[in-house]
Amino acid sequence: MTEFNQETFELVAEIISDICSINRADITPDTHTVDDLGIDSLDFLDVTFDIDKRFGIKMPVEQWMEEVNQGNADAAEFFVMKNLVTRIEELRAEKAA
Amino acid sequence: MYLEYFQMVDRVVALDSAAETIQCIARVPDTSTIFEGHFPGYPLMPGTLLVETVAQVGGFLLMSLGGYSRLPILTQIAKAKVRRAVSPGTELQVDAKVIQVSSGIAAVEGRLNADGKPIVTCEIRYHMMAFPQDNLRAMVLSRARDIGVPVPDGESAT
Repeated sequence: MTEFNQETFELVAEIISDICSINRADITPDTHTVDDLGIDSLDFLDVTFDIDKRFGIKMPVEQWMEEVNQGNADAAEFFVMKNLVTRIEELRAEKAA
Repeated sequence: MYLEYFQMVDRVVALDSAAETIQCIARVPDTSTIFEGHFPGYPLMPGTLLVETVAQVGGFLLMSLGGYSRLPILTQIAKAKVRRAVSPGTELQVDAKVIQVSSGIAAVEGRLNADGKPIVTCEIRYHMMAFPQDNLRAMVLSRARDIGVPVPDGESAT
């Protein structure tokens, strides 16, 4: 099981704060990026773009959104910060394997 | 180049799928209603349309590499510089290279030259959306084929 990585959280929070013009202090591990921060889909794609570039991964965000839209997953599984960070860590681990 | 129909690219000179690059030619027309206003008595190609030309070249590159499964919609222009004025009748060389493809989003860096001199440099970011209509995809394929962008075998362009 991949554990929450504080350093990754800080980097992702900085990316979100920068791209979406959100106060960094408003972003915590329990923050829902959509429900709490109001990040729209276009901004989230830009966030994805920068996270992919920063970590050398490809986050399957469209697939996640499809799972949520089809009722196969709760949005919180992907878009609450601590879960997002964990998924980024999983993707990094997969790439390194 | 057919400004009134936003057909900015005349032909593809080369497309390298492995390197993810494209080179195109676009000739600014001698006359256009656009030049009547930009500017009266002193016609110049608008810089925004030069950037649009780069965006279309990058869009064709992304569509070709992706098998025309997605339609690139411009979402961001970054680091854009328009260095020189361009007059009617100028032949432009337009290059683009993919710099990143992510989930639902892609970016290219582009360069537009004339007579070997740089005119425009920029980075263009696109939302890669599903084609909203089959006939739009068919029109895009037809246009791609007309200007020499590789189209997969068996794809209907009508």
